[in-house]
Amino acid sequence: MSTLTTSEVSAPRRKPAAAKKVREPFRDRVFLVVVTIMLTVLLALVLLPLIYIVASSFSSASAVSAGRVTFWPVEFSLRAYEEALTNPQLLRGYYNSLIYATAGTLISVTLTVAIAYPLSRKTFFGRNVLMTGLIFTMLFSGGVIPTYLVIQDLGMLNTRWALLIPNAIGVWQVIIARTFFANSIPDDLYEAAMIDGASELRYLWSVVLPLSKPLLAVLALMYAIFQWNTYFDALIYLKDPDLYPLQIVLRNMLILNQRGVGATDAAQLLEQQQLANVLKYALIVVSSLPVLLIYPFIARHFTKGVMVGAVKG
Amino acid sequence: MRSPLRTTGQPDDAPPGPQAGTAMDGQRPNPPAGTTEPPARSGGRRNATPYRRRSRWAEAQRSWRRHWQLYLLVIVPVAYFVIFKYIPISNAVIAFKDYNVIQGPWGSDWVGFKNFELFFSNPVFGTLLKNTFILAFYLVLASFPIPILLAIGLNEIRDGWFKRTVQMVTYAPYFISTVVVVSMTILVLSPRIGIVNDGLGVLGIPPVDFLGDPDYFRHIYVWSDVWQTAGYSAVIYMAALAGIDPALHEAAKIDGASRLQRIRNVDLPGIMPTAVIILVLGVGNMMAIGFEKAYLLQNFLNLGQSEIIPTYVYKTGLINADFSMATAVGLFNSVVNLCLLLFVNFAAKRITGKGLWG
Repeated sequence: MSTLTTSEVSAPRRKPAAAKKVREPFRDRVFLVVVTIMLTVLLALVLLPLIYIVASSFSSASAVSAGRVTFWPVEFSLRAYEEALTNPQLLRGYYNSLIYATAGTLISVTLTVAIAYPLSRKTFFGRNVLMTGLIFTMLFSGGVIPTYLVIQDLGMLNTRWALLIPNAIGVWQVIIARTFFANSIPDDLYEAAMIDGASELRYLWSVVLPLSKPLLAVLALMYAIFQWNTYFDALIYLKDPDLYPLQIVLRNMLILNQRGVGATDAAQLLEQQQLANVLKYALIVVSSLPVLLIYPFIARHFTKGVMVGAVKG
Repeated sequence: MRSPLRTTGQPDDAPPGPQAGTAMDGQRPNPPAGTTEPPARSGGRRNATPYRRRSRWAEAQRSWRRHWQLYLLVIVPVAYFVIFKYIPISNAVIAFKDYNVIQGPWGSDWVGFKNFELFFSNPVFGTLLKNTFILAFYLVLASFPIPILLAIGLNEIRDGWFKRTVQMVTYAPYFISTVVVVSMTILVLSPRIGIVNDGLGVLGIPPVDFLGDPDYFRHIYVWSDVWQTAGYSAVIYMAALAGIDPALHEAAKIDGASRLQRIRNVDLPGIMPTAVIILVLGVGNMMAIGFEKAYLLQNFLNLGQSEIIPTYVYKTGLINADFSMATAVGLFNSVVNLCLLLFVNFAAKRITGKGLWG
């Protein structure tokens, strides 16, 4: 690392642009242009659908239904957002998902640390056996129905617990956390804490966890986003619409097209049909916005977490 | 280092300790020779083994006494894994039974392989297997190279707003939920209002009902997945690229290697282990993924290609309440999945010397 920075920084300090050009041979400059074009195409492929969705959500219902919207709103209108933000189902889903994300993250992070930290300690007898036991669950599972039977026997069906507990610990997250504890917390601290008379739990609470804030942030983000985005568990375990998380509500409204339509004549029906179309775009924006808004700030941590896991993964 | 030791050691198996002077006496079964051993390498190993064996139990007790709080910590998580992962595995016996609610998973009557036979002889079996395999294989193949391309491309251009923007934007779809991605896909591809058909219209192609045509299902599934995960997967490769020793690049530069040559001879070998692991994980999870998205993209028009094993399990088990049959199908899927993973791991080990487990 240091060799690279010194050699590259010291040379072009006086005239950066010119120095760069001299250093890069012609074929490499051509190559860089090709790379830039490739990246621009990829960027456009990812970005254009998103722009289209946002543009449509701000357009009028008739423009959307006629397919006149491309990448800029046509006949600017906020009608779809008014409709979306006053929809009781959606608000209920939002509220439920907030609960699931908050409570689920708390439970998950606690349990993950509780197993990952002992697994990171060399003095923990049987840690290899335990780790193998965890990894095995990654490779082989009983399946949907046998798990369903367990949830049923525990009386968790159709309760909030069914979304919070059965997927509380991710083995991948345990691996990330264990790797972090093993590599980032110096052993000397343990020696020092023990000499000072700290117990294992006290050491974990007062020394390890304060030093593990980046890890805790990563775990929390991973679990929170999982809870916010998942719908499978809710689909199989929940019957009561009052408990539905946002994703189930979205599925019902966006994909199954379930909406209370009380139209009386053809014109009204057409108008509602058109509104239903544009409403979908608004729903997509409204539901994804919280995650996409905080994402730029958390991406760095997320990346770090992925890398920690990848190092030993 | 290890292989010459083993090959020369094998013929010496019969004569014990006496020739301890040579380096090849590293046989574990004859510890008595340890008294005369000069070579440090083999001596260390031989001393360690009997020591550990004798005190294994003592070691456990000591660890328990000194670190009992650690064991206290793991009780709840271990209970979680037992209850929600291992009991379901034992519950999977209902695949071999005629499950009824009153008698429970273990009390129900055994029927042997009847459920499996029924499933294998069912005409949908062939279609399901084919659909699942093709979709999964296509997905692994398509989602493997693009993140690598993206990571290498990003690695080549210099830091600046363009690089940051590309990274940010390609990463973002990973945070969008499956439900929303599927809805977006449906809207974008919609025959009347979708922008893709608008584009085709400009080129003079009549509108295509992508979701209604079973032949498009796989492409839609796979490429929307690539769209969503490419940026995320690229991050792992970026990390691997950052971990490559810069001295290698410097040396290649001095030797006059072009950027393309450096990618081929420095970057690609450098990220090879990561790529192998990701591919192994991908193929290993091949049969496991898919329910959420396939189920959402399904409609009765494209069912011919969109019905895969996980969606079939869901419908048989939870909608038609045929628990034993659904479990049998799911178990079949899990076993195929496990075999695939073991096979790919074995192959990866043979090819590159590196697999998932050491």
